[in-house]
Amino acid sequence: MKRTLLALAAAAVAGSLHAAPVKIGFVTTLTTGGAVIGKDMQNAANLAMEHLGGKAGNTQLELIFADDGFKPEVGKQATDRLVKQDNVDFVAGYIWSHVLLASRKSVLDAGKFLITANAGPSPMAGKLCHPDTFSTAGQNDQTPMALGEVLNKKGVKSLYIMAPNYAAGKDMVAGVERTFKGKVLGKDLTKWGADAQMDFSAELAKARDSGAEALFVFYPGAAGGAFAKQYNQAGLNKTLPLYSVFTVDALSLPKLQAGNLEGVLGSRTTQLWDPTLDNAANKKFVADYKAKFGAYPSYYGAQSYDAIMLIASAVKATGGDMANKDAVRAALKAANYDSVRGKYTYGNNHFPIQNFYLREVVKDQGGVWSTKVVDTVYNNHQDPFAAQCAMK
Amino acid sequence: MDYALFVMQVLNGLQLGLLLFLVASGLTLVFGILDFVNLAHASLYMVGALVCASLTLVLGNFVWALLLAIPVTALVGWTVERLVARRLYGRDHLDQVLATFGLILVLTTLAHLIWGPQGISVPLPSWLKGQLAFSDTLIFPIYRLVIIGAGLLAALGLYVLVTHTRLGMLIRAGASNRQMVSALGVNIERLFAIVFSLGAVLAGLAGMLVAPITEASIGMGNGIIITAFVVIIVGGIGSMKGAFIAAMLIGLIDTLGRAFLDGVFKLFMSSDAAENSAPAVSAMLIYIIMALVLAFRPKGLFPPKVR
Amino acid sequence: MSATNYPKLTLLVMVLLAVLPPLFYFTGQPFYLDLATRLTILAIAAVSLNLILGYSGLVSFGHAAYIGLGAYAVGIPGYHAIYGGLESWGLASTSGWLHFPLAMLIGAIFALITGIVCLRTKGVYFIMITMAFAQMVYYAIVSIKTYGGDDGLTIDVRSEFPGVSLDDPLQLFGVSYVVLVAVMLLVRMMVNSRFGMVLRGAKGNNERMVMMGYNTYRYQLTAYVISGAIAALSGALLGNFTTFISPEMMDWTRSGELMFMVILGGVATTVGPVLGAVAFILIEEVLSTFTIYWQLPFGLLLMGVVLYSQGGLANILGQWRARRALRDASQGGAAQEHKL
Repeated sequence: MKRTLLALAAAAVAGSLHAAPVKIGFVTTLTTGGAVIGKDMQNAANLAMEHLGGKAGNTQLELIFADDGFKPEVGKQATDRLVKQDNVDFVAGYIWSHVLLASRKSVLDAGKFLITANAGPSPMAGKLCHPDTFSTAGQNDQTPMALGEVLNKKGVKSLYIMAPNYAAGKDMVAGVERTFKGKVLGKDLTKWGADAQMDFSAELAKARDSGAEALFVFYPGAAGGAFAKQYNQAGLNKTLPLYSVFTVDALSLPKLQAGNLEGVLGSRTTQLWDPTLDNAANKKFVADYKAKFGAYPSYYGAQSYDAIMLIASAVKATGGDMANKDAVRAALKAANYDSVRGKYTYGNNHFPIQNFYLREVVKDQGGVWSTKVVDTVYNNHQDPFAAQCAMK
Repeated sequence: MDYALFVMQVLNGLQLGLLLFLVASGLTLVFGILDFVNLAHASLYMVGALVCASLTLVLGNFVWALLLAIPVTALVGWTVERLVARRLYGRDHLDQVLATFGLILVLTTLAHLIWGPQGISVPLPSWLKGQLAFSDTLIFPIYRLVIIGAGLLAALGLYVLVTHTRLGMLIRAGASNRQMVSALGVNIERLFAIVFSLGAVLAGLAGMLVAPITEASIGMGNGIIITAFVVIIVGGIGSMKGAFIAAMLIGLIDTLGRAFLDGVFKLFMSSDAAENSAPAVSAMLIYIIMALVLAFRPKGLFPPKVR
Repeated sequence: MSATNYPKLTLLVMVLLAVLPPLFYFTGQPFYLDLATRLTILAIAAVSLNLILGYSGLVSFGHAAYIGLGAYAVGIPGYHAIYGGLESWGLASTSGWLHFPLAMLIGAIFALITGIVCLRTKGVYFIMITMAFAQMVYYAIVSIKTYGGDDGLTIDVRSEFPGVSLDDPLQLFGVSYVVLVAVMLLVRMMVNSRFGMVLRGAKGNNERMVMMGYNTYRYQLTAYVISGAIAALSGALLGNFTTFISPEMMDWTRSGELMFMVILGGVATTVGPVLGAVAFILIEEVLSTFTIYWQLPFGLLLMGVVLYSQGGLANILGQWRARRALRDASQGGAAQEHKL
């Protein structure tokens, strides 16, 4: 009898010991100009923790942020520290493809799970896919592919393209060229990097001169604001409609509104998420984000919120037992949580099979510039690299 | 070739050249007179832009903000001179490079703490926002014409200052022979402080002018500093004339290269190859020019006659 | 006359560097072993820069380009080994015996070509043109999409050597350490030879050396090429360490950091570059755990070092003992005088 009691007591103690907190490392850009995006992701991740009450089921969750300084080497070192010193169970985040590619081995070699909340370079979806990596964003090519379809639907026959001359820029161009059926009258890949070209006067003049029906651009970060301004100043908003990806978003719109650049209203973009998407999780997310931080969240934030929620769902489903990796992996793959973009499933490469929407820049009821969904371009779209992934 | 497009690109090149000149002139002044290599020159460009942007949002008027931001930038420049530059005169150029490299980090982080990382979009008054149509194909934004005008005015002002005023005479003398000027009883410390502040104002002015086109942010100096050094090296260190000519040359070549290089490449290359190599080559163009100039004229095109 | 040398200090530093990191590894702090590996590799680059900057007075602001080139010399053959291509050139391989010599060869060739142009200039012109060449390489590589361009290139398989596995962090550190020691000895040998004396003479007074009949340009070019090759070797190691290569490794700010390590540690000393690398990396690491705005105190520190330190850490530490002895001797002497 005593033995049984002792055994039961031991089991109870062991059971309560199971409640070791699960640690999530979050790598994003907190310094340099890219910190605008990083702050948005940090806010959203913290909001998710708040909504969860810091717990997933009975397991305590701990969130640790690290700065990649917009550099792959720094990001890798930050990742190493999270994995080796802080001993996190999940590493999430990563805005930039090159930082992600630099850091992924550190996470995977240590047997931890990697959840990318933005970067979606094609190798990660294709040849470098891995059972322990998941994405709550999309694959880079999908968004411009959706835009190409939009152009076709609108009957646009000729296009002028501008994008920065680096891997993601070329991916965007390749993506829109995959689906656009008209003629590309001109293409400009502008200088990128630490001293990126911010003055597009020469290229805009060429675009106007080409006689194209529409202008497609990809200019993330500060370059987006600069581009929108110059587009406006050149008077092109009256003659050359603007279609963009990852350029006009909740991060650049407040600045553009403060600068009164009305030319950007009415421009169109495609994305996997929008603040007006009609589901309960999204409504709560957007409302609470606005209340807490005084602005609309961007898709970076939405993707980060989902990353935390996805992790929490897996931790809850497995009772916090991180030793049983197969169970955690299965729980992650099930994506059994209320995503702010609506329900989605994971493809064989652990990238979401999801909808893509056409969004237009409008003024909301409060006069704040934001976006709204005008059409669904893709239903349950899978990225084109899934076939290259060896996983089934 | 399309006449209107070419004229527009030339105007674009002139505008870029004049902005480069503003930044480079300050740099070459400081380098030529004070013998001081200031890697943090672009940080002053950034500070000028951010101060002007904040003032524009507060005062609601870009022009007033610009006029007010100029003395503020001069003050910042004067402070930097007193605290940092002054201790480095006469030191090895290497020491100056490294110290100002550290200064860049300090100023950038301070700017991050004060203004945040997101950058400020500077609104223009409505009379500056439109376009001027010279013909129905030759349409050019008014503000860029304003920049060209302001740049030319500043260049003219500098020319008058350097050739027709006493200060200018001291500057030219100091460029040729610093010790002699000091021996002649001129307060060299004050002269240096004035020159350094002048350099800061010129850089800051360039930043203020460019901010409404792009935006005022903490990273904005990264691009211009290397180009500015290329300009003064090509022009000849310490020479305003050299800085002006080199800046216009580089501004034009860079813009025309971006505009027409892929078209030129397509004449003898496949379209794909042209599209891939043209951006890389046009990015490298100014360095290629600098290497070529230095190969034939190791001291730049118009080095000032020294000592 | 041999170069400034602090044999006791050098020995102390190298012994600590050999002993402490493995200790960290075995006591469950593997992160510090990684830190030490990175620091050692950068020290190799710093030693190469010291050869031309410290001893020869050639301020190269583009040295990071060699690190990048060396890293790509590992990454590109590795890429082709897995994804095919370039087999006919014999360049699709994961063998370290190809990678490392290839890296040094490319570094040497690039140094030769650019050196021929750069060494015709002097002073700040030299500084700027070396930076310009590094920028050119940067833009050239960014535009090659096959190797990832700005996204960089991941190395899936580290350089393979028979009997040594660079996948083992301890062995990677060991290899880097051995290379560092070898490079330090090589540079010391060069600097103390007649070749080195001409270089150091040219740093002090070039005209005099030329007048004495030395073609200083040739000597400097040779040193420049050797320095480039060594820096490229460190790049090959760095690529293996980070398993990720990107054009950013060649950015001019990285060249600036290298220069800092050399100055901070003490130019023209054997142990200076190592001390500089240690100090730089440690300070960066410690500061960044306190605040994300660590660049502010870091920048102030860098400025402080330039403004107020004389000769760098090696001279401060190395002469500390000598100064102390001097002080004791003078105090003792004073006491003696009192007695009398």
